[in-house]
Amino acid sequence: MELQCPMPKFDFDVITLGHGSGGILTHQLLNSGVFALLANPLLDEKHDGAVFEANGKIAFSADSYVVSPIFFPGGNIGELAINGTVNDLAMCGAAAKYLSLSFIIEEGLPMTDFWKILNSIQQAASDANVHIVTGDTKVVEKGKGDGIFINTSGIGFLHPEASIHVSNIKKGDKIIISGNIASHGVAIMSLRQGLEFESDIISDTANLNHTVIALLDKFGQQIHFLRDPTRGGVATVLNEIAKDSNTGVNILQNKLPVDEGVSSACEILGLDPLYVANEGIFIAIVAVDVADDFVTALKQLPFGANATTIGEITDQHPKQVILKSSIGGSRVVSMLPGEQLPRIC
Amino acid sequence: MKYLEEYRDAGVAEQYLAEIKKIVTKKWTIMEICGGQTHSLVKNGLLTLLPENIQMVHGPGCPVCVTPLNLIDKAVYLAEEKKVILCSFGDMIRVPGSKQSLLEAKANGADVRILYSPLEAVKIAEQNPDKEVVFFAVGFETTAPANALSVLHAQRAGITNYSILTSHVLVPPAMEAIISDEDNVVQGFLAAGHVCAIMGLEEYYPLVEKYTLPMVVTGFEPVDLLQGILMLVKQLENGVAKLENQYARVVPENGNPSARKIIADVFEVSNREWRGIGEISLSGYELRKEFAAYDANKKFNVQIEAATESKECIAGDILRGIKKPHQCPQFGKKCNPLHPLGAPMVSSEGACAAYFHFSQAEYAEA
Repeated sequence: MELQCPMPKFDFDVITLGHGSGGILTHQLLNSGVFALLANPLLDEKHDGAVFEANGKIAFSADSYVVSPIFFPGGNIGELAINGTVNDLAMCGAAAKYLSLSFIIEEGLPMTDFWKILNSIQQAASDANVHIVTGDTKVVEKGKGDGIFINTSGIGFLHPEASIHVSNIKKGDKIIISGNIASHGVAIMSLRQGLEFESDIISDTANLNHTVIALLDKFGQQIHFLRDPTRGGVATVLNEIAKDSNTGVNILQNKLPVDEGVSSACEILGLDPLYVANEGIFIAIVAVDVADDFVTALKQLPFGANATTIGEITDQHPKQVILKSSIGGSRVVSMLPGEQLPRIC
Repeated sequence: MKYLEEYRDAGVAEQYLAEIKKIVTKKWTIMEICGGQTHSLVKNGLLTLLPENIQMVHGPGCPVCVTPLNLIDKAVYLAEEKKVILCSFGDMIRVPGSKQSLLEAKANGADVRILYSPLEAVKIAEQNPDKEVVFFAVGFETTAPANALSVLHAQRAGITNYSILTSHVLVPPAMEAIISDEDNVVQGFLAAGHVCAIMGLEEYYPLVEKYTLPMVVTGFEPVDLLQGILMLVKQLENGVAKLENQYARVVPENGNPSARKIIADVFEVSNREWRGIGEISLSGYELRKEFAAYDANKKFNVQIEAATESKECIAGDILRGIKKPHQCPQFGKKCNPLHPLGAPMVSSEGACAAYFHFSQAEYAEA
C-alpha cells in the first residue's frame, strides 16, 4: 500500500485559475496543503526567499519536468522533479541540501492528483535528505498546459574530494554504468496513446546522491567524471563525453545491462535502448586502477546492484563513440537528430 | 531473449563468416531488399566483417523512402487545411514534403499522432465522432493486412469518419524494375523476409527463372543475414540460380493465407509512383471501389500540384543499388538527418541514414 498523508478537506476539488492568483485560494492551498506537507524551518519563514549559511564550494542546478503522463509505472512527476535535481547535483559531486519547487498547473487538475504528487515530493525529498525551502505556484488556463509542469532548482555542498570535470578524463579510464538502462523511457512509452502495452516495467526514478557521496568517500579524485543519462539516454551522454573531452569512447554491446522486459519492449517498438531515457542511473568514468573496486563497491550501494563496466576511454577516434557489437562488428554510435521515432515495420 | 539471442550469437556468426570467406573466389554484388536488413547490417557492424569481394548494395525496401513527395504534401494538407487527425507510423512524420514535414505541421498546430497500429486510428475515430481521422497507410505487403483490417473494422462498426491515405508498394515489381534496368549491378538478392512471411514465395520463382538470378529469402538478425549471404554466395560461386528460404522459421511457402485474403478483399493492384525511381506498373495497392468511402484521396478530393524533387538528391540511384550513400556528393554535407535532401536520409531504414548514423567513422576516413 502506498503511504500517503490524508488529504486535508479543501473547499475545492480541482485547481482553478484562482489558486495562482495570490489571493485567498492561493493561501488556502499553500497553508493547508503545501506548507504543511513540506514543512521545515526555512520554508516555515514564508519569506520571499530562503536565507541560510553556506560555507565552501556549492553546486547549483535547475531542471524542468514536463513528463506526460504525469503518473507512470514506478512513479510520478513529483518524485521525478526532486530526484532529477538531486541527481544533477550528485553528478557534480555535491550532496543536495536545499531545493526550490515551482508549479505551473493547468486549471482543472484534480486536487487528489495534486495531493498525490505533493506526497511523492515529500517522500522523495525526505529520502534524499533535502529541504524544499522556497517555491512558487502558477495556474494557466485549460489547454495551455499538460496537467502540471514542475521546475526545481537545487543547491548542494561539494564533497571535499570531488574533482569531476571532463578535463580529468583520460585514455584507459573505465566507463561504468550503475544500473539497467532504458527502464524509465519504456515505462513512460507503455502508457502513451497509441502505443499502450501491458508490462511490469517500471521507471527507475531514484535519488543517486547517497550512493555517489559514498563512492566519493571511498574513491575521491579517482572518479574523473559522472553524468546521469536522462534525455537522449546512454548514447547521447557518451557522445557528449567524447566531444567535450576530445577522447574516444569504446563500448561493448554485450556488456550493456538491459532488463529483459525492457529489451523485449524495445525490440517490439523498434527502439534502441541506448537512446531511451533513464532517471535513476549514472555513468562514471573512473581511473583504471580502481575500476574493479568501484564496481564492487557500487554493487553494494543503493540502486547499484546491476553496476558493470561497459567500456573504456581511448585516444583513438577522438570525439567518437564506437560500439563493438555482440557479434564482433563495430559501428559508430551517434547523437540522434531528434526524438527517436518508431519504425514502420 | 529467447528466439532472438540465438540469432545474435557471436560464435555462430563467426562460423558463417569463416565459411563465406572460404568459398568466395570472385567479386559479387548482392542487394538486400529490405531497409530493416540494411539497418541490421550496419547496426551490427556486419559490413565491416564481410570479405571485400562481397559488395552489399541496399535496396528500395524502405517504405518511407519510396513514398512520393506528393503524398506527403497531401498528408500535410489534410492535417493542416482539412483539420483532420492525421495518424501515421513514427518514421514517416519527419520526412520532408515539398514545403514541410508532418512533424513541422504538428509544431504549427496540426493534430498529427504517431501510432503503432492503424487499428488505434479506428479507435481514435470512434472516440472523436466530430473529427475526421486519416491514417497514412504507407508500407509494403507487410503493413497492408493491418491497414486493410482497419478499413474492415471501421466498416463493420459503422464508423464513417475514418479513412486511409494509401501508398502501398509491392516488392516483386520493384525487384524486376531493378534487374531489368540497363544499369543493373545486382547479381543476387536477399529477399525481404517479412514481406514473404505475408505473401509466400510464389511470386519469386518466376523472377528467378526469367532473369537467372539467385535469391534467398532472408531474416533480419545478424546470423540470419550471414546465413543468407552464405547461401547466396554458394549459388553464385556454383553458377546456380534458385530460390531458397533462409527464414523458414517465419516464412511458410504460402505466406499467411488469412492476411493475403484480407489484402485481396480490400485492395487491388495498381500502378504506383516510387519516390526516386518513378512509376512502376502494377507495383502498388489501392482500395477497391467498394471501399471508396474509406479512401482519403477520394473523400477529400485532394488535388495537390506535383512538386519537384531536389536535383542534388540521388535517392533513385541509391534505391536501385547503383550508388552507395557515401558516393553522393551531398552525403553528410548538404544532406544529413537534420537537413535531409531526400527520404533515405530520414528513416532509420533508409540506407543514407543508416550509413550516417552507424558507419560515419569508416567513411569519414575514406
